[in-house]
Amino acid sequence: MYHAIVFLPLIAFLIVGPFGRVLGDKPSQWITCGAVITSAVLSIVAFWQIALGGGDPVKVEIASWIVSGTFDVSWALRIDALTAVMLVVVNGVSALVHVYSVGYMSHDPHKPRFMAYLSLFTFAMLMLITSDNFLQMFFGWEGVGLASYLLIGFWYHKPSANAAAIKAFLVNRVGDFGFGLGIMAIFMVFGSLDFDTVFAAVPGQVGNTFHFLNWEFDIITTICILLFIGAMGKSAQVPLHTWLPDAMEGPTPVSALIHAATMVTAGVFLVARCSPMFEFSPTALVVVTIVGGFTAFFAATVGLVQNDIKRVIAYSTCSQLGYMFFALGVGAYPVAIFHLFTHAFFKALLFLGSGSVIHAMSDEQDMRRMGGIFKYVPQTAIMMWIGSLALAGLPIFAGFYSKDAILESAFAAHTGAGMFAFYAGMAAAVMTAFYSWRLLFMTFNGDPRASQEVMSHVHESPPSMLIPLYFLAAGSILSGMLFVHYFVGDGHQAFWGDAIFMGPENHILEAMHHVPTWVKIGPIAAGIIGIFVAWLFYIKRKDIPVNLAKVHHEVYLFLLNKWYFDELYDLIFVRPAKWLGRILWRGGDGRIIDGYGPDGIAAMVMHLARRASALQSGYLYHYAFAMLIGVAVLVTWYYTTGGGH
Amino acid sequence: MSDWPLLSLVTFLPLVGAGFIFLFAQGANELADRNAKNVALMTTLLTFLVSLVIWANFDNGTADFQFVERFAWLGGDIDYRMGVDGISMLFVVLTAFLMPICILASWTSITTRVREYMIAFLLLECMMIGVFCALDFVLFYLFFEGGLIPMFLIIGVWGGPRRVYSSFKFFLYTLLGSVLLLLALIYMYFEAGTTDIPTLMAHGFTAQEQTWLWLAFFASFAVKMPMWPVHTWLPDAHVEAPTAGSVILAGVLLKMGGYGFLRFSLPMLPLASDQFVPLVFTLSVVAVIYTSLVALVQEDMKKLIAYSSVAHMGFVTIGIFTFNTQGIEGGIFQMLSHGIVSAALFLCVGVIYDRIHSRDIARYGGLVNRMPIYAVTFMIFMLASVGLPGTAGFVGEILVLVGVYQVNTWVAALAALGVILGAAYMLWLYRRTVFGTIDKDDLKQILDMDKREIAFFAPLVVLAIVMGVYPGPFLDVMHVSVDHLIQQHQMAIQAAADGAGGAQVSAQLAAK
Repeated sequence: MYHAIVFLPLIAFLIVGPFGRVLGDKPSQWITCGAVITSAVLSIVAFWQIALGGGDPVKVEIASWIVSGTFDVSWALRIDALTAVMLVVVNGVSALVHVYSVGYMSHDPHKPRFMAYLSLFTFAMLMLITSDNFLQMFFGWEGVGLASYLLIGFWYHKPSANAAAIKAFLVNRVGDFGFGLGIMAIFMVFGSLDFDTVFAAVPGQVGNTFHFLNWEFDIITTICILLFIGAMGKSAQVPLHTWLPDAMEGPTPVSALIHAATMVTAGVFLVARCSPMFEFSPTALVVVTIVGGFTAFFAATVGLVQNDIKRVIAYSTCSQLGYMFFALGVGAYPVAIFHLFTHAFFKALLFLGSGSVIHAMSDEQDMRRMGGIFKYVPQTAIMMWIGSLALAGLPIFAGFYSKDAILESAFAAHTGAGMFAFYAGMAAAVMTAFYSWRLLFMTFNGDPRASQEVMSHVHESPPSMLIPLYFLAAGSILSGMLFVHYFVGDGHQAFWGDAIFMGPENHILEAMHHVPTWVKIGPIAAGIIGIFVAWLFYIKRKDIPVNLAKVHHEVYLFLLNKWYFDELYDLIFVRPAKWLGRILWRGGDGRIIDGYGPDGIAAMVMHLARRASALQSGYLYHYAFAMLIGVAVLVTWYYTTGGGH
Repeated sequence: MSDWPLLSLVTFLPLVGAGFIFLFAQGANELADRNAKNVALMTTLLTFLVSLVIWANFDNGTADFQFVERFAWLGGDIDYRMGVDGISMLFVVLTAFLMPICILASWTSITTRVREYMIAFLLLECMMIGVFCALDFVLFYLFFEGGLIPMFLIIGVWGGPRRVYSSFKFFLYTLLGSVLLLLALIYMYFEAGTTDIPTLMAHGFTAQEQTWLWLAFFASFAVKMPMWPVHTWLPDAHVEAPTAGSVILAGVLLKMGGYGFLRFSLPMLPLASDQFVPLVFTLSVVAVIYTSLVALVQEDMKKLIAYSSVAHMGFVTIGIFTFNTQGIEGGIFQMLSHGIVSAALFLCVGVIYDRIHSRDIARYGGLVNRMPIYAVTFMIFMLASVGLPGTAGFVGEILVLVGVYQVNTWVAALAALGVILGAAYMLWLYRRTVFGTIDKDDLKQILDMDKREIAFFAPLVVLAIVMGVYPGPFLDVMHVSVDHLIQQHQMAIQAAADGAGGAQVSAQLAAK
């Protein structure tokens, strides 16, 4: 069964990838959808058995991969509660997105290629979450990066899409640089890359230091931070977040699957998987908390002013990932995974909903050219409302349970970093509600701002697109209340088993129930305030935001330009790299190495030859003079060196 | 079958083919050309089959030289002696594997002096395989330097417009190395009384001798690798060479430097090798970062890939000089995978060069619209070059990095930085050539790869992925020989540390 879960999508890719054009659109769609839906159903069975049923973790050896001396890494699957949760998220959302894509991409000439890429992504993501060692995880890690690169750049005729695809790959590579060094350090210290072996040996290394670069560092902390750099890249945390908003150049189903529900949560998964390591490094956890808290706040501020409907949701994703990270940072790993789980439903719903809007508006993404389409696309609009309610964390919706738990746990940690994250998270909660309703109001309410032409075509989406929305909406409402008991409530120990390690001093899940009342109702209040302000700004008094932008023009520009991160990176990385490359090429290789090397020698030889030929003047006395000098030199030399005998 | 002289067979079979062409494909007519091509293809395929027989009969369980042949040759103690171990065997297979592909790749692009071209390639193959089989230093030297002659000719006769400049540059660079290698060879002969490689390995030169000999070797091998700063011949040579010439240059000739380090510098001169680690690491790290930055701004596709080769070879030298299992096996694996991947990348350039006759990146764009099969093929090798896990490029890179991390974290971190840059220039190259829309008129008619091209790319694609997913069969060949190499090395270092002189070291080594 576990083989099937992981390899069915690969098989679908291997059939449809090379032969899709021969097979045709319909069979390609059937094969890929069929494989992933089967995988999803089996994943639910696995979830039932291993997580809910408390079954033992399963390990499946497949083959050996790289063996070199003591470096011995296998292809192996490991399914425990943490993996089972991820299986449901990944395969569930992936199956829905596959089906959705059949409708969404109906006008695209490259349907088989698109479906094949989706299946490839699903396979890579499954390898990532089922891996039993760090290296296989890295395989999945880079594999999803590749799929993301291919899918962002799916419309390869668009220069902006190509640029975004490369940017995503490269920024992730920067993160992987950290991940890779982490893997090397793990192997050097523990002599193995298998999770069990490494985690079992972690307590023995606590407090030990090793030499890294020029300094002595704490082993566990260094490894954790290196791994976390990888997580920052993949999960779009400041300062490695810049690729995620640009990634919205890809087709919308991709944004829902990869850049909201699954791939971007890989970093959260990594830290949770390595909880037996992070638990022993308070320093690393503080770093995680601060980065997460800051990202949650930062991304929310940028989301306030964006005009592209997908970019608003992208920044929202970035911000929500920040929440997950600071939950991890305060040691509340189950809470983070719980939010990952619920977030997958409502964020995928929001993206697919916005895709439905974009589809209805003839590929328009700018909210300034939308408005007043509620009555044309009522079902999509209601779905978007459900998603936003869940995102804002209003009661009974999924986000209510998980987001509340995150903020409570941050408060309950009673540490400086925890409090920072708590206040950042509260501020972000207000802004989240604000930009969500700004999006809803600008898109669905008010007067239409689109052209007559576009408005005449506005239509509700086909069933293949709406049905996945229903499923996700059900998840956005129910996943919180149904599973809160298992993920973070009293049932959490039976549910997680040994999949997540929490040290003996870590009582955060208990402590978060004993926070003051204002902390408990704070998130709900934040949500309601945000919604009210959005209503005030975009329904009641539309002049306020305009005036605000005018009065605080610098602030507005600062936010609109995303705190100028892209410009900064261009200035300190991209341009110097090219400049240096040119200098080294023309100057280093050309002028210095070739100039003094082969070209220089050649020139010198030519020069000497010319001089030599000048000597051959034809005058006898020149030759005689030269001979005389030569004889004189020889004689002198003979007497000074050999004459001593 | 194993008592057949398989190594001589695999080495000189191409020579037989060359002789055949020389004698029977007379005249400059089309028929002779076709015959020459067919004979060359048959010969190289047969050679490849023989190399596979060698692999099939190779015993992974011993570090001794296998398939050993020995005849008296030049008198003295200079014998004709052949043999392979786990370090050299796969290079024989790699060379024999790439040759039929080269012949096929030249099938239509070479139109002048076809006979001579095929003879030159077969001669080259004989020399290259000989390098990896030779167990006598003089024999090795003959093959090592002799192989350059057909290469000069290939660049000089069938090359591009600046072929004279680039072959002269190639010559100047290799000249210095060759002379010093020859001096070292002569010195070793007079010192040890033999040129038998296994005997020289056990001879135990004094520390001072080792230093000088090591530098002489280094001058030759570093140019071949090529290491920074003696790399500037490579981009020019690649740019001017015909496609198949580039394939051999990148696929096999660059491996000879690394092989030289493994066969000569490390086992014969362990103390000096140890002593010069900082030098090698520094040059390699500079190579990785420097050439990656330079590759970033190249406008010529072949130059870009040539610079990327220098960076990848930097990984190899780093790996070899870690003196641990992961590093050395990673280095060897990196050479093998680079032999496949960079060869394939040059073939990819060749495919479009044959159609448009330009290597200018700006000349292309949007190829995917007309050439989907080509786009996929190029993509796979681009990713393998970037070192994506699951492709051949990853295994060598990660092993080298894991190996060097245990020795020096700075080198590991800086080399890993090169991996980021590597992704940058390759993705950027791919985007500018393949993605986008077609806005040049002649590209609108460009044809996708034909059956012949698909036929020689298919095995390369398969290998690039199989070596990444299941590298076991390749690594298994190396294990015992590499372990043996490391053991010998450590013993020599240990003996020196114990205060033993050169003579005692050799006595101890001989006793083992």
